[in-house]
Amino acid sequence: MSFVSLLEPDAGVVARRALIVEGLSKIIGPEALVIDEDGRRAFETDALTAYRRVPLVVVLPRTTEEVSRVLRYCHDNGLKVVPRGAGTSLCGGALPGEDTVVVCVSKMNRVLELDYVNRTARVEAGITNLAISGKVAAQNFFYAPDPSSQLACTLAGNLAMNSGGAHCLKYGVTTNNVLGLKMVLIDGTVVEFGGTHLEPAGYDFLSLVIGSEGQFGIVTEATVRILKKAEGARPMMVGFSSPEAAGQCVAGIIGAGIIPVAIEYMDKPAIQVCEAYAHAGYPLDAEALLIIEVEGSPSEIEMLLARITEIAAKFEPKSIEVSSDEDQSAKIWAGRKAAFGAIGRIADYYCMDGTIPLGQLPMVLGRISEICTGYGLKVANIFHAGDGNLHPLILYNANDPDEASKAESAGADILKLCVEAGGCLTGEHGVGIEKRDLMTVQFSPTDLAVQMRIKTVFDPDWLLNPGKVFPLEVSAAARQAA
Amino acid sequence: MIAQLAASSRPAEIVGHGSLRGVGRPIADDLTITTASLRGVTLYQPTELVMSARSGTPLAEIEAELASQGQMLAFEPMDLGPASGGPAGAQTIGGVFASNMPGPRRISAGGARDHLLGASAVNGRAELFKSGGRVMKNVTGYDVARGLTGSWGTLAVLSEVTFKVVPMPEATLTLAYAGLPDDLAVEAMTAAMGTPYDISSAAHLPKGSAARLSDQKLAALGTSLTLIRLETFASFIAGRSGKLKEALKVYGGPLQLGAEQSQSVWSDIRRLNVMPFSPDTSLWRISTTPTKAPEIVAAISRFMTTHAVYDWSGGLIWLEVPAAADAGSADVRRAVAVRGGHATLIRAAPQVRHTVEVFEPMKPEVERLTRGLKAAFDPGHMLNPGRMYAGL
Repeated sequence: MSFVSLLEPDAGVVARRALIVEGLSKIIGPEALVIDEDGRRAFETDALTAYRRVPLVVVLPRTTEEVSRVLRYCHDNGLKVVPRGAGTSLCGGALPGEDTVVVCVSKMNRVLELDYVNRTARVEAGITNLAISGKVAAQNFFYAPDPSSQLACTLAGNLAMNSGGAHCLKYGVTTNNVLGLKMVLIDGTVVEFGGTHLEPAGYDFLSLVIGSEGQFGIVTEATVRILKKAEGARPMMVGFSSPEAAGQCVAGIIGAGIIPVAIEYMDKPAIQVCEAYAHAGYPLDAEALLIIEVEGSPSEIEMLLARITEIAAKFEPKSIEVSSDEDQSAKIWAGRKAAFGAIGRIADYYCMDGTIPLGQLPMVLGRISEICTGYGLKVANIFHAGDGNLHPLILYNANDPDEASKAESAGADILKLCVEAGGCLTGEHGVGIEKRDLMTVQFSPTDLAVQMRIKTVFDPDWLLNPGKVFPLEVSAAARQAA
Repeated sequence: MIAQLAASSRPAEIVGHGSLRGVGRPIADDLTITTASLRGVTLYQPTELVMSARSGTPLAEIEAELASQGQMLAFEPMDLGPASGGPAGAQTIGGVFASNMPGPRRISAGGARDHLLGASAVNGRAELFKSGGRVMKNVTGYDVARGLTGSWGTLAVLSEVTFKVVPMPEATLTLAYAGLPDDLAVEAMTAAMGTPYDISSAAHLPKGSAARLSDQKLAALGTSLTLIRLETFASFIAGRSGKLKEALKVYGGPLQLGAEQSQSVWSDIRRLNVMPFSPDTSLWRISTTPTKAPEIVAAISRFMTTHAVYDWSGGLIWLEVPAAADAGSADVRRAVAVRGGHATLIRAAPQVRHTVEVFEPMKPEVERLTRGLKAAFDPGHMLNPGRMYAGL
């Protein structure tokens, strides 16, 4: 796959490489740099592996002060910078260029302060998502956003993409769980937004920075909300004979005033593959499966699951099964969370991330099937049904360039369909380079101009994470003015 | 209309129904743009928990429509009408998001900013733009819509907003602990928030504020009241309140306020009925770390007579102070600066709001970005010039 055109590297910068390495080495020390080609190759791509570029040099700072010195150097020398966490971006958000300095914050992974009384944790941004919950687990607290890559992905990357997860129906996404940020601007200025209080002062810079895909600055510290774990949680599975019935059941549950912590949808191909992998007991005869999880005390859980069972019964389910114990619950979730890996065992896949209004689900799934069949490709669908976030996985053979290009075309058609249905291009993965050229489908030239002006406020020279988010022809004028 | 203004370089004050006009620095210009005629709910899908409305739609109309489907705004927006000397229920949905002042349920459900899904707006360049959308999860492009919350109409005039709504709880119960001093009250409230029982809000009314409750029986107790609200399914209430009382037993046995009394006390807080309008007092809103709140109030109270309401388990203080020439600004700002957080002068005479900083003064690096943002949206300073900061 190589649909998206990347910025041409600046030959002058590439030619000055030795000088730049020496300059950075002086201000941060050689041990904080990755200089050799093999080392740099580890940073050539992210989880969108079809695109690869070996960066000029990689910097691994340990403190905010070091990040500040590095960025000031890059700013003063007109060098482009690509911020990086763990490199798990599915949209090419961390893809470098041959002329870019990669600033990877993964060494900055300490917990700085835990305050259980005020329910906040101050951490360095390179900490992994799951490590935050791990640090507070002994007190029965957790950090709520739970992207599927949570074992590996950093908070820095979550902040850049405003990551979600399966449980955000109840607990919200990253932007709803962050109270304060410390960020280094491209000229080295360190700025703080918010704090340990609930509402920020002045303009809401937290909202603007979270989800800005590393284009406004490099976040080095964050204060996040930690929450007390529920007394317990239990999932149930309901199999349906059609996507319509499953969609109506979700509407029925929410219409009855019940907001489960998660409602996950899988279509038949996804059910088959995941069951073969995880042996979770998914109903193989169902066209659509809902995994619905509720929280509370044992008696509360029983009452909620009974109510949901009553509602589901109205939509002629093929099967209803409430998890009987911890072991089965773990299996049910293991199957869902391993879905991408399980599908990866049978074919290469291209994962899309549109969001649609729930009511459009049957129409959209029907059209997705038509689109993929039209390209001669198979597709499996995973859907965060509670919040409308749809992950079609288009199956293809990566060694066949023709099929790869068809998969990318089918993906673009699907995202256009999501926008047409009243939704959006990306619910939680971000735009990066992958969806960059589709931004004009969702936004008018004015909408994009308004966004690009904000970028210019933070990064007047357009040095941070270049060539992402905005189509190159749309950003050309702003970049040249820089 | 803004295009005409931009062409004539004529700045204007932006209002909905004008219920928040008394907040912020006074605007010198005699020209006013109102969104009051931009009215009506344009989309409501109860099963998708989403509603869109034109910005001038009265909040009361929106809440009534939501209630007809058993739903509500989770963040329970503050109604500053009574505290500003006006009627309750006058604000518009645009004003709700432009001011971002959520009420008691903020601590569990998030603020106005957390529920905004998308917006259309006109900036000072007379450009109509949109951001976000109508779906819950959306990271397509920068989060401009959310970034407009709390900008008080100084960046753009909202024309339509789309927001998340939630089901109303089946049942409500409030535990009221009498006689706790402020520091113990905050300790009890943060302890409650640290339980897994989904507390929806926690507020503390010191004696003087509790005496002003509409509920005569509670007002007559003559003690402080620490209020902890449970909102959930009817069959959960007894079990949860029992466990909560057990967890908080060191703070004594609470009164149990049923649905009606509960509704009354939380409405008093949301409408600030306990801080009624008076020309003899000014009103501050202080956002801080919960456990710092009692110290902040005590520090300020050394210099002046105060009445406080602690909401968000202490994270939000509404503080009534005497109407001095600077509304106690120097003492309030110093007390907050030392302990972290920020303060906004919500009510004071126009000449006071003209001379003292109404919003928290900014650090230089934040001010630089703030000026940059204002210039990006409204380079000619057409929209609410000077409302938040002098010269901006």
